[in-house]
Amino acid sequence: MRFMMFMYPEIEEQDWNPTPEAVAAMGRYNEELQKAGMLLSMDGLRPPSDGGNVVFDAEAKATITDGPFTEAKEVVGGYWLIQARSKEEALEWASRCPDANCRIEVRRVFEMEDFPQEVQDAYEGP
Amino acid sequence: MTEATRAIEAVWRIESARLIAGLARMVGDVGLAEDMAQDALVAAIEKWPADGVPDNPGAWLMATAKNRAIDRMRREKTYERKREEVAHDTGVLFAMERSDFEAAADDEIGDDLLALIFTCCHPLLSREARVALTLRLLGGLTTGEIARAFLGSESTVAQRLVRAKRTLRDAKVPFEVPRGAELEERLGSVLEVIYLVFNEGYAASAGEDWVRRDLCEEALRLGRILAELAPAEPEVHGLVALMEIQASRLGARHGPDGEPVLLLDQDRSRWDPLLIVRGRQALERAEALPGPLGPYGLQAAIAACHARALRPGETDWVRISALYDALAQISGSPIVELNRAVAVGMAFGPEAGLELLDRIKDEPALQNYHLLPSVRGDLLEKAGRTEEASAEFERAAELTQNERERGLLLKRARLQVD
Repeated sequence: MRFMMFMYPEIEEQDWNPTPEAVAAMGRYNEELQKAGMLLSMDGLRPPSDGGNVVFDAEAKATITDGPFTEAKEVVGGYWLIQARSKEEALEWASRCPDANCRIEVRRVFEMEDFPQEVQDAYEGP
Repeated sequence: MTEATRAIEAVWRIESARLIAGLARMVGDVGLAEDMAQDALVAAIEKWPADGVPDNPGAWLMATAKNRAIDRMRREKTYERKREEVAHDTGVLFAMERSDFEAAADDEIGDDLLALIFTCCHPLLSREARVALTLRLLGGLTTGEIARAFLGSESTVAQRLVRAKRTLRDAKVPFEVPRGAELEERLGSVLEVIYLVFNEGYAASAGEDWVRRDLCEEALRLGRILAELAPAEPEVHGLVALMEIQASRLGARHGPDGEPVLLLDQDRSRWDPLLIVRGRQALERAEALPGPLGPYGLQAAIAACHARALRPGETDWVRISALYDALAQISGSPIVELNRAVAVGMAFGPEAGLELLDRIKDEPALQNYHLLPSVRGDLLEKAGRTEEASAEFERAAELTQNERERGLLLKRARLQVD
């Protein structure tokens, strides 16, 4: 099974400047995940001001906005997609993250089999 | 299971292989190392629910395993009078008291883990024993889980594990990574074990026990670990690539009623794009290393050709034919030749495929193999030789062991002559 680990840096946007030490520690952690054969993919995200928002109304009409942004503390700063054998294993890996001042949300990824057959049949992806 | 024991189980799954590997390096015996690690697990189950999981659970388990083993040996020493054993145990004691797990460099831990992989897959052991020992010591699976995964009984697996560990001890198999010419042969055994685990999981159907279906993920995990430990071995990356790409089709290989769906009939939108990308990256790593691709690398390259085609009609059969040609030259297997004939038939027309089949039709290994007449029938049908095709499908129907397949083959036989 797969788990997405969303990392929320609980710091202000102007403080998103990690020190070389913090980056090195995170590198070691990522390497551990890789060596354990668990890491499927990962990325760090630039601050929200480099992105934007798309909101939908009741008719599913999309509107693009470039603000206002929620507090930096409440947005995702990066993610790891890992393979794990249980939720507990994913949580244990998340708790080994060396970064101070962050929160990691661990979520299990949907698999096709989780959906009823008619939903599976309707899917034409990816 | 309580929340605390589930957390301990998770830590165990993460740490047990490195723990056993580190201990085996000290005591030179994987069976004894496993016992010591189990002792530490018991201690964790006693302590952690009340005290919480320590900050560095791996180091805690290692220190506890060593201390408990030292205590036990000292206690037992008063009763032990056999000189040889005392001498052996004293050596072990010395090694354990000297060695400091936390000070061990990263690559030493990696070496220990690699040595553990090679020891579990030692050619002295039967194939079944290698698989069971690998899942037990490297995957951290329980005896019951291994039995369920391989549809066997728990007592058989338990006996197999006991015997395997005794065989390694009696033969005084050194706990080390083989070097030189031995490395290649032993690596072959490791790759074979990992691929066996993968295929067992691949054969499991949707309704089966999760332990069985998880074998694919476990094999992938072991393969990826090996790729980090032995990055200079092209076949390791070849096997990882092959497994990643095959695993990308897991969601497409069965129909709604559990019936198998052949590669060319699969709904390609259900192939997992992430695993395909990972497979192609692993294949690139294999190709970037010196030397031609080996059997796993070539099979991965063939799988990658299929993965690249968004629709079956876009498949590059000319390239697949060439890859099968290379694979046939290495393996000399008539089954590979049969697959090659299919690819050649798709690339250069049915007559070219039939010509290849004629060359292998007397192979003893294929005499009762239903896919030979089945492939032949398919090529004859495409060539418009319907009566001959019908006879081949009937012959294939006689040979197959699978009822559902027999029905399909007989139907195709009738369709030719109607």
